[in-house]
Amino acid sequence: MTRVATGVGPAAGNGLPPDALSFVYLVSGVLFVIGLRRLTHPRTAERGNLVSAVGMALAVGATVLWFEILSPLVLAAALLLGAGVGTWLALSVQTTDLPQLVGLFNGFGGGASALVAGAELIDGVSVGELSGLSPVVTGAAAVTGLIGAVTFSGSLVAAAKLHGISEDPARYPAENGVKVVLAALAVALGLSLLTRTTLGLFPIGEFVSPYWLLLAVASVLGVSVVAPIGGADMPVVIALLNAFSGLAAASTGFVLDNDVLIIAGTLVGASGLILTTIMCRSMNRSLGDVLFGAYGTSGSGGDVADVYEGTVVSTSPEEVAMLLEVARRVVIVPGYGMAVGQAQHAVAELAQLLADDGVDVAFGIHPVAGRMPGHINVLLAEADVPYEQMRELSEINPTFTQTDLVLVIGANDVVNPTAYSADPSPIAGMPVLDVWEAETVVVNKRSLSPGYAGIPNPLFEMDNALMLFGDAREAMQAVVNEYQRNR
Amino acid sequence: MTFVESLTLFVLVGFLGYELITKIPATLHTPLIAGTNAISGITLIGSVLVAGSGRSTLATALGFVAVVLATINVVGGYLISHKMLRSFGRRGD
Repeated sequence: MTRVATGVGPAAGNGLPPDALSFVYLVSGVLFVIGLRRLTHPRTAERGNLVSAVGMALAVGATVLWFEILSPLVLAAALLLGAGVGTWLALSVQTTDLPQLVGLFNGFGGGASALVAGAELIDGVSVGELSGLSPVVTGAAAVTGLIGAVTFSGSLVAAAKLHGISEDPARYPAENGVKVVLAALAVALGLSLLTRTTLGLFPIGEFVSPYWLLLAVASVLGVSVVAPIGGADMPVVIALLNAFSGLAAASTGFVLDNDVLIIAGTLVGASGLILTTIMCRSMNRSLGDVLFGAYGTSGSGGDVADVYEGTVVSTSPEEVAMLLEVARRVVIVPGYGMAVGQAQHAVAELAQLLADDGVDVAFGIHPVAGRMPGHINVLLAEADVPYEQMRELSEINPTFTQTDLVLVIGANDVVNPTAYSADPSPIAGMPVLDVWEAETVVVNKRSLSPGYAGIPNPLFEMDNALMLFGDAREAMQAVVNEYQRNR
Repeated sequence: MTFVESLTLFVLVGFLGYELITKIPATLHTPLIAGTNAISGITLIGSVLVAGSGRSTLATALGFVAVVLATINVVGGYLISHKMLRSFGRRGD
């Protein structure tokens, strides 16, 4: 039988067998699994999301009905307030702002888990002693507090970065030293909870002070880890925080001895960890390197134009339109520059025109293009690009040799042939899109400034490469206009 | 459940999650994050009990905040995931 919280909410059950609630939780868990299974294809994914939501409604609804709620007004007010704010945020958000909202919601889940574990400790503490609680409860509460608080503060920083409040990495002195000290302090506080001793430092007291101190330290830790991470590494951070929010929920399941929390939380944890791995592999970097490495310090950029001087050929929208007219196969490679310039509608329009004229059009999307996993795909889908045209790196790379024209829009490091070079460079070994194998490559960028990795891109001076300088949206709109004029 | 039983569930579901998630195409990774995000709001169950217990003012206040945060996570997460997936499904047929 599911215990759900020591002493919290006396089990009522309205005369039903004690296993009934556990059974409902099992059904919820199955619905979560079915929902995720349906996410394997865009056609079934929307319904899968609904199945998952039904599972959630069932689990929450059964919990509310099963236990005696002694302060129903407080609960109803909190549920209504949360649902109202959540609905308002979700419905009012612009598509381009979705990543930061996802980041924000992520943090809320982690924060809620941390508060629940704290309340459970306060509930179990008697006369300033934790000895009434099992080490499983206090240990799991410590883990929940640590992961939950890091998720909460880290997600707020990540959401602020994604919102463009400060894209640049915020560096501070002795970074890694600060992170290690904070982490060690948090672990020490966690151990004091696990062993249910005070280590002679902090009285447990009525409010279990070591736990709240742990939350404070972990919150600062979350900020100190995420703040120095630059924009292009955000996909890794978002995926990792996603995993953390799930692990915090699973850990809360250990605190409350509740199996549906363990099932749901673990599914999310697994999902986030897989995405984290994919993102790291797509940059050929280790997680430790992203979290602790000094990478992404914005390149000085001052003399970079000199690197290319005289060897770069620039083009015009007219010329690009002419190239498109004679092309039979076109691949569009969008990067974060397309998202920043909000060029996705112009790009989608161009792709539609080309497809209407019988041109074979595909989008080659690098896993770390954009600021979160799958970011570019969402922008394109919103602009009505059919998902069949969106290809992953491994699918699109073998096709570049048969491609007449590649249009790179606001991408740089992910199309840099330096990745294949044996020389040491920040992107050495990173999987890239082999766009230079096509007949002609047109690169739309605002300038020749280096990308996130801070290194020049030899692609720009290749014989088959043309630079289309300018803002992504204006440039693409100009190409669309020229192409339409000549049709 | 004993600790080992809980741990068994945790480990087995971890493997199940691995099998499920590796089959999801990269195109859907943002809606996947939004949707799993909403699932992690399952912690709302714990929040509901704390908020509804009416034991002490402090527990009720903590529970209130937890329920608000978790509900925003659940409702908002499912809605934005739905919004994104709808745009994928729109042109799919």
